[in-house]
Amino acid sequence: MGEARNLRFLGWGASSVSLVLSLASALVLFSVLLLTSGKSPLDTYASIFGSTLGNGFGFSEIFVKMIPILFTALAVALPARLSLVNVGGEGQLHLGALMAAAAALAVGAGTPPWVGIPVTLVAGMAGGALWALVPAILRAKGWLNETISTLLLNYVAIRVVDYFVFGPLRDPSSSNVPQTMTFAEGFRWPAFAGRIHLGIVFALAALVLFAVVINRTRWGYEIRAAGSNPLAARRHGLPVTTYILVVLCVGGALAGLAGTGEIMAIQGRLRPGFSPSYGYLGFLVAWLAGHRPLRILFMGFLVALIATGGDSLQIDQGLPSATVNILMALILFMVLADAWRPDRLEARIQAWLDRKSRGTP
Amino acid sequence: MIDQPPAGTVLLETRGLSKHFGSLKANDGIDLVVRAGEIHAILGENGAGKSTLMKLLYGYYQPTGGEILVGGSAVTVDSPRRGRALGIGMVFQNFTLIPAFRVWENVALFLEAHGTDRRGLMDRIAALSRSYGLEVDSQALVRDLPMGDRQKVEIVKILSAGARILIFDEPTSVLAPHEAENLFRIFDRLRTEGYAVLFITHKMPEVLRVADRITVLRKGRISATLPRADADRNLLVKLLVGDQNPDWSDAGPRRPSSARPGAPTLEFVRVSCRTDDGRPGLREVSLSVQPGEILGVAAVSGNGQEYLGDLILGLRPAAEGSILLGGKDLDSAPPAEVLRRGVACLPEDPLRMGAVGGMTVRENLILGQQVSYWKAGGWSPDTKKLEADAGAALMTAFVQSPPSLDARAGNLSGGNLQRMVIARELGRDPGLMVSYYLTRGLDLSNAQAARELVLSHARGGMAVLFVSEDLDELFALCDRMLVLHAGRPAGTFEPALTTPQEVGLLMTGAAHG
Repeated sequence: MGEARNLRFLGWGASSVSLVLSLASALVLFSVLLLTSGKSPLDTYASIFGSTLGNGFGFSEIFVKMIPILFTALAVALPARLSLVNVGGEGQLHLGALMAAAAALAVGAGTPPWVGIPVTLVAGMAGGALWALVPAILRAKGWLNETISTLLLNYVAIRVVDYFVFGPLRDPSSSNVPQTMTFAEGFRWPAFAGRIHLGIVFALAALVLFAVVINRTRWGYEIRAAGSNPLAARRHGLPVTTYILVVLCVGGALAGLAGTGEIMAIQGRLRPGFSPSYGYLGFLVAWLAGHRPLRILFMGFLVALIATGGDSLQIDQGLPSATVNILMALILFMVLADAWRPDRLEARIQAWLDRKSRGTP
Repeated sequence: MIDQPPAGTVLLETRGLSKHFGSLKANDGIDLVVRAGEIHAILGENGAGKSTLMKLLYGYYQPTGGEILVGGSAVTVDSPRRGRALGIGMVFQNFTLIPAFRVWENVALFLEAHGTDRRGLMDRIAALSRSYGLEVDSQALVRDLPMGDRQKVEIVKILSAGARILIFDEPTSVLAPHEAENLFRIFDRLRTEGYAVLFITHKMPEVLRVADRITVLRKGRISATLPRADADRNLLVKLLVGDQNPDWSDAGPRRPSSARPGAPTLEFVRVSCRTDDGRPGLREVSLSVQPGEILGVAAVSGNGQEYLGDLILGLRPAAEGSILLGGKDLDSAPPAEVLRRGVACLPEDPLRMGAVGGMTVRENLILGQQVSYWKAGGWSPDTKKLEADAGAALMTAFVQSPPSLDARAGNLSGGNLQRMVIARELGRDPGLMVSYYLTRGLDLSNAQAARELVLSHARGGMAVLFVSEDLDELFALCDRMLVLHAGRPAGTFEPALTTPQEVGLLMTGAAHG
């Protein structure tokens, strides 16, 4: 028993070391890129980390960005445990926001928060889930791979939001700017500590629920089994097709909440371009985290930090804020390429421990 | 064209060649002589060691003992590349062509001829095609070619690499009958030109039709090498399955039947089904299994036996006929319901069909039964019950050295995985067990333990549909045997009233000529 625990602990240690080494390698490579374009890596990192970790407002902004990223990461991670690739977080986020906006505008002013907020939650989840239902059905029927369909529907979703914002849901009083009216107070998600809002409670709850369902419940067991070997799962009576529909729709619902939070807490109204690619950042986080809950939390924080720091680069260093996308891509490469393979590290650590326990100088 | 040695020259020889996988002797002391200008058939049942032998010759495996001689001198074939350099070419059962490439591109890739002049290569392909009747268009895309033509491309490939010994692994298994005839004509041309053709098969009519010499493998050893003139069906079957002698069987002596009278557990009434590409899979198969009875299904792989389990489990619809379980029509019930009604299955490929490689042994042991291991409607795992049952299940199938419950199933050896699936399937006391190749990958003592386990459940009233290619085992274990050939029932026999020779003839289709 104790030995098994030690092994597990060693495995954890090795993969953490591997992660740190991967991140460090990405930072080094990024430095080389900065040097070639005549920028100082130290100043750049000082700007990224200083503006976020070294500054109260910046620090709270990390969590503001982390809320939608956690939702969209879970929207990727849950289907991924069934070996489905949901690239459609961005589209599901948009449709969630659209449905929540429509619900808030339809129900109207004077709604108390204890009715209004649940309405936005239900509508936002429904919007995201319905948008994911289309690729889910196509996949469940065996007609179309979900990777392609979810990705392509992102572009459609953005246009659908445009249509409503320019058309039926447009605020007639703002003649120049395409946007909806501001939502009534009863639908707004309250913020505390800067702009950190109620969404963080929902996001963390979703993360915990994801961890419990995947690791502890029968459905999690069945999803993992069907994801690892769908043929064997089908042969043992697991409803694989139903699970395809359910996990994609639940994923879509979670992404829908990302969009809902953005408009109900941050923007206060729906306008085009309200999401700086949160859907794709969530995808990045889920893959960096290997679709595991604790790592999603850690990677979500890291990616939110880099994204937040990117905003200050423009001001401090005269670099386009998209520069940080290169850093994120490098991190993704280093982590996914398994540049520092945990199993090899584990063997080395084990050898080192053995040497130590034998007392060799 | 390459100068060929005169016919009859020894091109390749093995002396005492052996390959052991753990305690399994896949090849044991093989002495083989291959001459220029002969078609040499290697005949054997599945698991007799044919493919292992060919992989040793081609450099895929390294021998455990013995030696390989090419042109009279001992060589080490430590890689396929080395095999190629020695003039040994292999045409695999699943071809190794790139479908999106043209024919000449595939040949160039194989030759590793970077920057070859394309015209010269195409001329060479055309010349080879003419000489051997291979008729391939070097500009054609491989994905547009039928199987027979792809095989010709494979032959062109190895000929242009200068191969003198051509090994074919079950070459006709992917071919339509007219394509197979064509292939045999190509064999004739190759023989005339002084090549050696080594041809692996389990199809006896083909051997008798084309081979000059025949080597029969049985359980990793050569049971005989004989010229075509000395061979006939009965002799070959005898060599394949061994003499019928009460002691030859390692499956143990016969035992009294535990079949019980009354309503059958399983019944097939004139059942037909189709393959995935719409061809007939099973044709008008009727069978019945009593409680406690072991009904053997004797068939060479690819003769429809794989559909029996799929039909029962509800994974494949029956085109005609009906399947009754405990007297009630299954009527394409889904797998979950069939399992609930007491059916267990040991599939033909346990890793792909019966286990989840990425999960632990513990998790695998409850697959299909998982509902009963959670409380509170699925929220709370019943860890205590899981530990107790998983441990107990392993104890039944693993007499010695069971794997850790925390081990990943995908990391288990084939034999251990087989035992894990047996443990799980028998662990829930099924009323019907559909068993494919029960002892595949198991060494003697574990094979014996697995048979005992099935027998003890049969004594308790479990009906068994026992699919196997191993005649020894079928004769030792089964109460009755159904022989399938080309999807059709070729007869039902009681072991005591027939001989392995008779069953072997029906299995290989030799009885029909």
